[in-house]
Amino acid sequence: MPKDHGIGASMKRREDVRFLTGRGQYTDDVSLHGQTHAVMVRSTVAHGRIRSIDTSAAAAMPGVLAVFTGEDFKDMGGNPAGWLINSRDGTPMREPKRPVLAHGKVRHVGDAYAAVVAETYAQARDAAEQLAADTEIEELPAIVDMAAAVADSSNRVHDEIPDNLCFDWGWIEDNRAKVDEVFKSAPHVTTLELVNNRLIPNAMEPRASIGEYFPGTGDYRLTTTSQNPHLHRLLIAAFVMGIPENKLTVVAPDVGGGFGSKIYHYGEEAVVLAAAKKLGRPVRWTAERSESFISDAHGRDHVTKIELACEKDGTFLAFRTATLANVGAYLSNFSTATPTFLHGTLMAGPYKVPNIYVNVKTVFTNTVPVDAYRGAGRPEATFSLERIIDKMCRELNLDPFEVRRKNFITPDMFPYTTPVGLAYDTGNYGATLDKAMEIGDVAGFEKRRAESAKKGRLRGMGLSTWIEACGIAPSHLVGVLGSRVGLYDAATVRVNATGNISVMTGAHSHGQSHETVFAQIVAEKLGVPESAVEIVHGDTSKIPFGMGSYGSRSLAVCGVAVTKAIDKIVAKGKKIAAHMLEAAEEDISFADGKFSVAGTDKAKTFGEIAFSAYVPHNYPLETLEPGLEETAFYDPANFTFPAGAYICEVEVDPETGKVDICSFACADDFGNIMNPMVVDGQVHGGVGQGIGQALLENTSYDENGQLLTGSYMDYAMPRASDVPFYTVDYSCQTPCTHNPLGVKGCGEAGAIGSPPAVVNAVIDALHRGGLTHVKHIDMPVSPSRVWSAING
Amino acid sequence: MTKVTMTVNGKAVSGEVEGRTLLVQFLREGLGLTGTHVGCDTSQCGACVVHVDGKAVKSCTVFALDVEGASVRTIEGMANADGSLGTLQQAFQDHHGLQCGFCTPGMVMTSAALLAENPKPTEAEVRDYLEGNICRCTGYHNIVKAVLAASGQDVSAVAAE
Repeated sequence: MPKDHGIGASMKRREDVRFLTGRGQYTDDVSLHGQTHAVMVRSTVAHGRIRSIDTSAAAAMPGVLAVFTGEDFKDMGGNPAGWLINSRDGTPMREPKRPVLAHGKVRHVGDAYAAVVAETYAQARDAAEQLAADTEIEELPAIVDMAAAVADSSNRVHDEIPDNLCFDWGWIEDNRAKVDEVFKSAPHVTTLELVNNRLIPNAMEPRASIGEYFPGTGDYRLTTTSQNPHLHRLLIAAFVMGIPENKLTVVAPDVGGGFGSKIYHYGEEAVVLAAAKKLGRPVRWTAERSESFISDAHGRDHVTKIELACEKDGTFLAFRTATLANVGAYLSNFSTATPTFLHGTLMAGPYKVPNIYVNVKTVFTNTVPVDAYRGAGRPEATFSLERIIDKMCRELNLDPFEVRRKNFITPDMFPYTTPVGLAYDTGNYGATLDKAMEIGDVAGFEKRRAESAKKGRLRGMGLSTWIEACGIAPSHLVGVLGSRVGLYDAATVRVNATGNISVMTGAHSHGQSHETVFAQIVAEKLGVPESAVEIVHGDTSKIPFGMGSYGSRSLAVCGVAVTKAIDKIVAKGKKIAAHMLEAAEEDISFADGKFSVAGTDKAKTFGEIAFSAYVPHNYPLETLEPGLEETAFYDPANFTFPAGAYICEVEVDPETGKVDICSFACADDFGNIMNPMVVDGQVHGGVGQGIGQALLENTSYDENGQLLTGSYMDYAMPRASDVPFYTVDYSCQTPCTHNPLGVKGCGEAGAIGSPPAVVNAVIDALHRGGLTHVKHIDMPVSPSRVWSAING
Repeated sequence: MTKVTMTVNGKAVSGEVEGRTLLVQFLREGLGLTGTHVGCDTSQCGACVVHVDGKAVKSCTVFALDVEGASVRTIEGMANADGSLGTLQQAFQDHHGLQCGFCTPGMVMTSAALLAENPKPTEAEVRDYLEGNICRCTGYHNIVKAVLAASGQDVSAVAAE
């Protein structure tokens, strides 16, 4: 009988009731007395020099209250990069300033260079169009292609950066010579050039921000679509606007998905705050979807050459990669970490490969900034590895299942330090592979293939075995790697006098189900019903300083902070109970919501202890403070390392090149599971996005830097009919060894593991159909690309 | 400004609107019914779906004045009379058919229209009918399952349960 509450139960989500009845409160749902409306004026050219902006006509239009240009913000700070990466020669990365509004030059289509605030949205929009007409921008040649960008020093995204290179990073540089040696003498070398396609995150709620200023106190409040309100506050206060951190409150209410894109601070947030102060009225801005496409940070966009050196039996000897990674026009907050420490450090996969060298050149172009998107670097690493392993297996006529198994790090080898700097704590990759083969019914494939063949379809099966480093992250380690922030998280557990509990978390839920799952953990640990536990998140005036939710870290970092705070509550409760029960503290035990004296029937309930803490009439006041509230900050000792094996089956129509996903089986190891229903949902969503990347989603810029896929008419989001029911299993559990919950994180898994499984399945289908000349097809594996590959 | 009158969730309402005011703007800004969401500007995402005289309509594609006199139903009108979740809403909760909740109102309204037309749809029919509703969180698995369950069909055989 499965548990019906507490840790491990598939409890229904409490947040659902408000979302299902229309009572969610997203930023754009907030309406304030006296509010005004801001509209951004965005560049329609990819690269240009601003010659003049005449604001007079726009400012005189009906309802217009203020007009801002880059000139108004030029003395403010820039939106900073969160990670300092050094090039191979030791020089620091180039960090051009990213202003609130573009000043001097515009650097991508969508780069905001002015803003209009008016009484109504329509008035602001009308005036923004006028302002655009009154702006003279000298168009410059657009820099779009990365290879051309680094080759041509005459055309520069940033005038002070001659080769458009942000950095040239080697990981690990000391490995380089040895790796080169191994390749020279290797019995077999496989080479693959591939593209990890640029994606647009497309959280369904467009970004929105509301600025308020309170002249009586000098306080600002920003209501915004954020995955990490404290990080936003820190960036805006300390780096961009230069206002005291304690005079700014950032509130992220219900947020409609993030997937990375709402980690970052964007200029619109500073605009609405500055405008609110100037006007003395609330200023709101909500992105239209068209703006989201050209202003939300994009993801991926790597061009990689990967080489694999191996024995003739498929034993790996070395990997060597050279990648061009697009950062777009400006650095975003995590954009230098994504292609480096979230990518290069994962190039060992789950394999015992002795020699690895990774080179990443990160390039400025006249495109939207690129930053972390669900998986962030790890999908790029996994795709490169899993594609080249499959290619090698075909070249050497080896079984892709057995080759992976042969090269797995085995359970007896943990802790295992890879040649790219990570120390995996635990795992059992053979077990997840076995489980995937079982739930994916590999044994029955041949029969299904024969059925497909009768219909004229080519059926293929693709495998991907993946690992990620998540639960970001140990501060001491990320500090060494270049992070400019710590990556702990925090929680406050406040037991109220009446015995119910408020838990304030640094993590923010924008779909992840914290309000339900964190309450399950608290209920389990304190022996109280979930209904007595309230989870508070998303408001810097209420919550402790935490770093927010991304990198599959909510549970593995903030969830552990919650348990650490509960441990402190229990420890204090024991002291109170010892006093009330006239027993020694060490004789008090706590279980099932009761503090008991060992060997007696004397006990106090959790509620009685809480009441005593707040009404301390019989209380050890001389040695113990009243009240029952504890905060814990938790900085993990290591990353967590979820891993798994995914098997995808496809049918390819050789006449049209169309690919249909027939089945998708996921066998994952997430360590211990808090709520299976929620974990299922996280895997489904990640796999859905991975299938989107593999088959559908393409961010296409033309040579002028115009985004050709700037709406849902052009950018193919996965629809319900594009995906199957998924088969999900996480029964292979090797609990994380360094956090007390034994959890690893599951949010990004699906997006990391699935794209290579899909592409490997397509190539498999073509080869089984005799089309062995097709070695690789870049994502998205669209009908036209498949057809061209078949017929090319 | 022109006066518009309609019935929304069973209540007679009226308001002053411009010719260009969209139904979704009237619902959200005029009536404060913010459960209906705007997720795009090209009528693709479906977050704004409401029922107009029983038919699923993208309220970002209709002028408020065009539905003069009509009966409109929004997500706020989908619960049972006692305030408990309606069958379809309950199925979405039971089967974890939502995560961030932003596309959810449109998903529920579109699915309700489907079940009104086709009380026992197949999986393929559900997926096809939801063509105009985009979700980025769920991979659709649990949405499709919830709709099938709400139609009274046994979903225990669906994978991952």
